[in-house]
Amino acid sequence: MKIAYKALLSGLLGATALTCGSAAMAQDDTLKIGVVTFLSGQAAQSFGVPAADGGKLLVAKMNAGEVPAPFDTVGMGGMQIELVLIDEAGGATVQVQEFRNLVQRENVDVVVGYVGSGDCLAVAPVAEELKQFTILYDCGTPRVFETAEYDYVFRTAAHASMDNIGLARYLKAQGTEVSTFAGINQDYAFGQDSWADFTAAMAQIYPEAEVAAALFPAFGAGQYGTETSALMSAQPDIVHSSLWGGDLQAMVLQALPRGLFQRSEVVLSAADHILPPLGKQMPEGVVIGARGAYGFLAPESDLNTWWFDAYEAEYDVMPVQAPYRMAQALLGLKVAVEKAMADNGGTKPTSEELAAAMQGSTWDSPGGLIEMANANGHQAIQPTAFGKTVKDAEGNIVLEDIVRFDARCVNPPTDVIALDWINEGFPGAQCD
Amino acid sequence: MNNTLKVVVIGAIAALALMALGFAMPRWLLFTATKAVAFGIVALGIVTLMRGGLVSFGQGMYYCVGAYASGQLAARYGVTDAFILLIVGGLGSGLIAAVVAPLVARYRGIFFAMLTMALSMVLYGVLAKINAIGGSDGFNLPKPTFAGFAPQDGASDIALYAVAVATASLCAVLCRLYYDSRPGLIALASRENELRVEYLGASVFAVTARNFIIAGVLAGLGGTINAMALGHVDPFFSYWTTSGEFVFIAILGGYASAIAVFGAALITELVRSFSGSYFPDSWQLLLGIFLLAVIVFLPLGFGSLWARRRVTPPPADEEIRS
Repeated sequence: MKIAYKALLSGLLGATALTCGSAAMAQDDTLKIGVVTFLSGQAAQSFGVPAADGGKLLVAKMNAGEVPAPFDTVGMGGMQIELVLIDEAGGATVQVQEFRNLVQRENVDVVVGYVGSGDCLAVAPVAEELKQFTILYDCGTPRVFETAEYDYVFRTAAHASMDNIGLARYLKAQGTEVSTFAGINQDYAFGQDSWADFTAAMAQIYPEAEVAAALFPAFGAGQYGTETSALMSAQPDIVHSSLWGGDLQAMVLQALPRGLFQRSEVVLSAADHILPPLGKQMPEGVVIGARGAYGFLAPESDLNTWWFDAYEAEYDVMPVQAPYRMAQALLGLKVAVEKAMADNGGTKPTSEELAAAMQGSTWDSPGGLIEMANANGHQAIQPTAFGKTVKDAEGNIVLEDIVRFDARCVNPPTDVIALDWINEGFPGAQCD
Repeated sequence: MNNTLKVVVIGAIAALALMALGFAMPRWLLFTATKAVAFGIVALGIVTLMRGGLVSFGQGMYYCVGAYASGQLAARYGVTDAFILLIVGGLGSGLIAAVVAPLVARYRGIFFAMLTMALSMVLYGVLAKINAIGGSDGFNLPKPTFAGFAPQDGASDIALYAVAVATASLCAVLCRLYYDSRPGLIALASRENELRVEYLGASVFAVTARNFIIAGVLAGLGGTINAMALGHVDPFFSYWTTSGEFVFIAILGGYASAIAVFGAALITELVRSFSGSYFPDSWQLLLGIFLLAVIVFLPLGFGSLWARRRVTPPPADEEIRS
């Protein structure tokens, strides 16, 4: 028996060694992209899996050369794209380790990933140390480029300050009267930052309005009876929330029968992804943000029509924010790869060449024009939009009263800390 | 005395051999190995507790205290020397463990496990709320230096690995000597029968408290090494799933051997990483099957492959005793 165990153990080690040895060097006619997003855990169903699905679909279409102009060349710069998908679950510790494995073991050419802000903050310095071109496609914290400078790290989506500045501007644009407002946000960095940005923006746009209640239920609480009671008795004109996923669905379903949506106008900064799962249960008159002009809020363009239809045809559900954000990262990467190859004579670009091509780049995406305008050309700004839920003729929830905001109306200028920009009254904002 | 010399020599040889091996490793493995060694040090603390018949589900707390204490010192006050950080991390968590020890040492079995876990989750909740140290997103810390020497890129990974291996060897040697000493053997006896140990004139409370503080120091050392290796610390260090990982490693290693946990930690990390990159949608399932297979075929852990003579299997009714 003992010998059998030893044989088992040595077999296991042998297999491990073999796999390490056979990790093939990347070839010149394929571009290997490591994609890291949540495939398990709380953020998987809302963000991770739809983003991975969107990425797989877009890459298949790119490899076949089926994406509309100007992205109609095959693959990226003629190279076929190979995805290596990794689960983002397990916290920043595991992600730093897996990032190193992607770069040093799997020899990926590019890493695109990270929904969690903590993961972005932890991975960025490692990417810099390994000199690995890396795109952060989703995470919301403004801290990534506000507290450090990177050469190899880029974020192809606006950070979360845009979502809450935009909400306050939307209320003003709709002529909503606000004398009191309240917030219900999860008790972790994203929830706390969202509330801080929203209250600061409200102080500028509605200087008379007062905070009636600021509630911070635990992340993943699932029960919002107490919070609903507090909001009902505070009777604010506006209830702000950055809840998402299962937490947001639970909050909506629990607060609905108690009449919260009749008593106050509820404004949600990142809620578009709960519309498909909630379907007809979603109440009317709720202001919805999508962390960008995505899904129902996307501007009309050939690219968006193609993307929306292709995604819906493949997965039988409309694309929400996560696949849009993945698509804008991959399209930006395609532009950068082709620009770098035009400059270097058509060979596969290095991380340095990719970084030089991506810095300050602009490209069209289904959600509008992406400009790498901030943080020395490393942080994207983008236009955004908000809308209000309403039932259409068949009783399905759609969005109306859609208001669009220019990228420079809701994003701080370069090198300005978002919260400072809000508190100084948005100097230099360009709102048409 | 003879035994002491033997253990020290074996420890020194193992440390040197592992350091030499570090130069032959591919870079990704070097990082994984450093992390595994740090996890192994924490799991060694759980093994120490297991020898007294207790399992802590809250070692993440001391791991986290070590990481935050040394991490704040590095990030806020610019102290980047790995050796100073290790001392601060180890002492800091040892101090907290010494405060907690009298409280938890009176409990046994599931009550001990739950109480330690509850305390670690309290720390998690508190850290997630303090925005001055990064809240739930945590904070980054600078690269470590080594006694005034600041190696570049690749050399820094090797240096940290060497420090981790040296620390682990020292811990393993000291633990082995402690296990074989009279107080260490009393811990093993109290695992078998607490009542008899008390009648023999030894204090089970003192044994448990001592083991708990040792485990706390070890967890703090592991946390400090991982904080330096990762360059980032967040409250997830104190989350119960982190503690659960340590318990898994300790169970895989078994309590018979002081070195088995390091092998167990490395194997767990490799299985997790490879199943994660080849089966991104079902890696948890594979990891679960692996853990079950080890528990079924090696109920006393990897250490029982070579240390079987040292410890006889416990009687079947062992769990009923408490």
